[in-house]
Amino acid sequence: MQAGQRGKRRRVLAAAAICIFLLTGCHGSRGLEAFVMPETFDTTAQYEITFWAKNDTNKAQTAIYEQAIADFEELYPNITVNLRLYTDYGKIYNDVITNIATNTTPNVCITYPDHIATYLTGANQVVPLEELFDSEKYGLGGSEIKYDSPGREEIIPQYLEECAFGGHYYAIPYMRSTESCYINKTYVEKLGYKLPDTLTWDFVWEVSEAALAADEEGNYLVNGQKVLIPFIYKSTDNMMIQQLRQKGIGYSTPEGEILLFSDATKELLETIAAHAETGAFSTFKISSYPANFLNAGQCIFAIDSTAGATWMGSDAPLIDISADKLVEFETEVMAVPQFDPENPRMISQGPSVCIFNKRDPQEVLASWLFAQYLLTNEVQIAYSQTEGYVPVTEKARQSAEYQDYLSGSGQDNALHYDVKIKATRLLLENVENTFVTPVFNGSASLRDAAGQLIENTVKSVRRSQTVDDAYYAKLYEDIASLYRLDQLGRQSGSAPAAERTELGPLPGPAVALIAALVCAWVLIALYVISRKRKKK
Amino acid sequence: MKKITSLLLAGVLVAACAGCGSKGGDGADVKSEGVMTYAEYDAAALESEVVIETYVQAKQSWWEDKATLYTQDKDGGYFVYNVACSEEDYAKLNPGTKIKVTGYKTAWSGEVEIIEGAFEIMEGNYIASAEDVTSLLANESELIKHQNKFVAFKGMTVEASKDAAGNEAAFLYNWDGSGQEGDDLYFNVSLDGQTYTFTVESYLCDSSTEVYKAVQGLNVGDKIDMEGFLYWYEGVNPHITSVKAAK
Repeated sequence: MQAGQRGKRRRVLAAAAICIFLLTGCHGSRGLEAFVMPETFDTTAQYEITFWAKNDTNKAQTAIYEQAIADFEELYPNITVNLRLYTDYGKIYNDVITNIATNTTPNVCITYPDHIATYLTGANQVVPLEELFDSEKYGLGGSEIKYDSPGREEIIPQYLEECAFGGHYYAIPYMRSTESCYINKTYVEKLGYKLPDTLTWDFVWEVSEAALAADEEGNYLVNGQKVLIPFIYKSTDNMMIQQLRQKGIGYSTPEGEILLFSDATKELLETIAAHAETGAFSTFKISSYPANFLNAGQCIFAIDSTAGATWMGSDAPLIDISADKLVEFETEVMAVPQFDPENPRMISQGPSVCIFNKRDPQEVLASWLFAQYLLTNEVQIAYSQTEGYVPVTEKARQSAEYQDYLSGSGQDNALHYDVKIKATRLLLENVENTFVTPVFNGSASLRDAAGQLIENTVKSVRRSQTVDDAYYAKLYEDIASLYRLDQLGRQSGSAPAAERTELGPLPGPAVALIAALVCAWVLIALYVISRKRKKK
Repeated sequence: MKKITSLLLAGVLVAACAGCGSKGGDGADVKSEGVMTYAEYDAAALESEVVIETYVQAKQSWWEDKATLYTQDKDGGYFVYNVACSEEDYAKLNPGTKIKVTGYKTAWSGEVEIIEGAFEIMEGNYIASAEDVTSLLANESELIKHQNKFVAFKGMTVEASKDAAGNEAAFLYNWDGSGQEGDDLYFNVSLDGQTYTFTVESYLCDSSTEVYKAVQGLNVGDKIDMEGFLYWYEGVNPHITSVKAAK
């Protein structure tokens, strides 16, 4: 067996970050001065910056980062970029939080806006980017930039807006993706169904239930195997968030009011529970990667990121199961199931880049020059081709090189793997149907909680536990408590620490108490000094 | 007289230590009331609640009051994933420590494990000897019966691993070479014309350990003996803890 092992155990690292948003104002309280834009970049001094990047356990992506750094360093010989690689956004999040406390954050960091909202609890830790965007010399498309930098108007406006919260831009988009449903079309048709133009939840549930027909020996008729989970969802937080948005059910307000724990959410969970009970539905956390089941002919509807497309299908360039388990089938790529096919809604996701503040503004400017380099066509096009990502600049999208890449779909099973390019096109054609959730201090935890509602419900059903109204009431209570969402109301919203409302002067009794304590310490000190003098 | 007494005491101590820290003891594992034997655990349905008594063989990680443990009794191995565990209790878990675990039996990518469990430390101690399963490698249906045990593989040959760019190496950081020092190490070893992928799990054995350095020093064609835990990920994927030149 020589399977490509990418199965480093799923690790719930987010747990460490759950309570971080409660530490508002504590981290980095020694603080940094707000960044002040230098007039010019000092090319006579040497700057060493660190770049924390995330790859999808994908060698090609690592190589692109390394190439980008080498090319950038050639243009700016006085800047050295040290790359630190991660394969997990949660790990980056935790490491950043740990390093905020000691003012040892990276200079440039791949991240999600939800995470930045937490980083902002440290005063002046994350650099607001407006001044850098607009600098005539060093801004987007600036006159002194040594590479072909995109202008601000060339960044897809929707993606740029996803990086704005609390009144500032705190990141630039790097790549964007959404989720796709990767379908074993061969089995759908074998079951007597035809894929609709727009996939609906009703269709997916119906086909998934029909697929469970088995013979007397327990072999499923559709695949002739003893294992079949017709529908597997990778990211259940996205599943819940998209269902809520499609149905128009509340999730949160922009100010951070939690609306997730509602009767309408419970109805969604009841439907999911019913299909988990029959065995028609499971999740990545419970069963494993949807791609592995799909490629083994043990799953019909596998929902994962478009950035996971290279793992999907019989001819996928990346395969995680042994060759003898691989099954031949036709793969279809469709948007995630919808409740209202006339008004499709799907999540917008993908990495963004933020810049951490440092004492030396020149070091920050060096960081910005590198971050901006990640928006060049060279990096944007190369990285987007590694998976079902789309470039975030119109400049890259409209380039002849990128258009050639898209039109070459299916020419080979590597760069032009058709499933990957279909997933890419899916997002390119649906930008206006994508959405993001509000960003505030605690929104990362709310996202985790949304997924956990599904995970717990499915697990309980599989364990034959009673899942009724009382169960859901307790589930809501437990999840709200676990993710400290019951305490969110007492926290500030999305405004960064430096901009929080002043609390006003201390009340009189507090001033008196502090004065008394100071006096007491002074008296103690005087007493000790006088005793020492007497001894002499 | 004092000397004789001292010698006698020392002798008693040595005998006591040998008794409690025995390697691969032959005595049967007597389970407490309500505790499953390994056979009962093995037969239990997935997603059912299980109660076992087992002995810690190695600790993989502790994070936010959850520990992941490689454990084994005299009949079989149990992988205990994310069991509730304070940092203080984690420090008490040494190789050989007996624990009673209550949790749910489940499977993830073929790895059978106990999740969402709680444990208590018991009296008793057992360290398993590495069981040589080299001859079972080609027979997955037999090999899987030893899942999660501490095992040995002898006389295997290091084969070239190819990263995603097609470069050959004796080992890779991450499965495709996309990682850096400190990440998991993946390396290929062969026996009788069949090649298998083994792993140094960086949470279990980080870059400061002997085994990590030993794998970094491998060359294609080296003949090696290995020990580790018989972990599963879409097929056999041992977590190796020792690599030495083949005897």
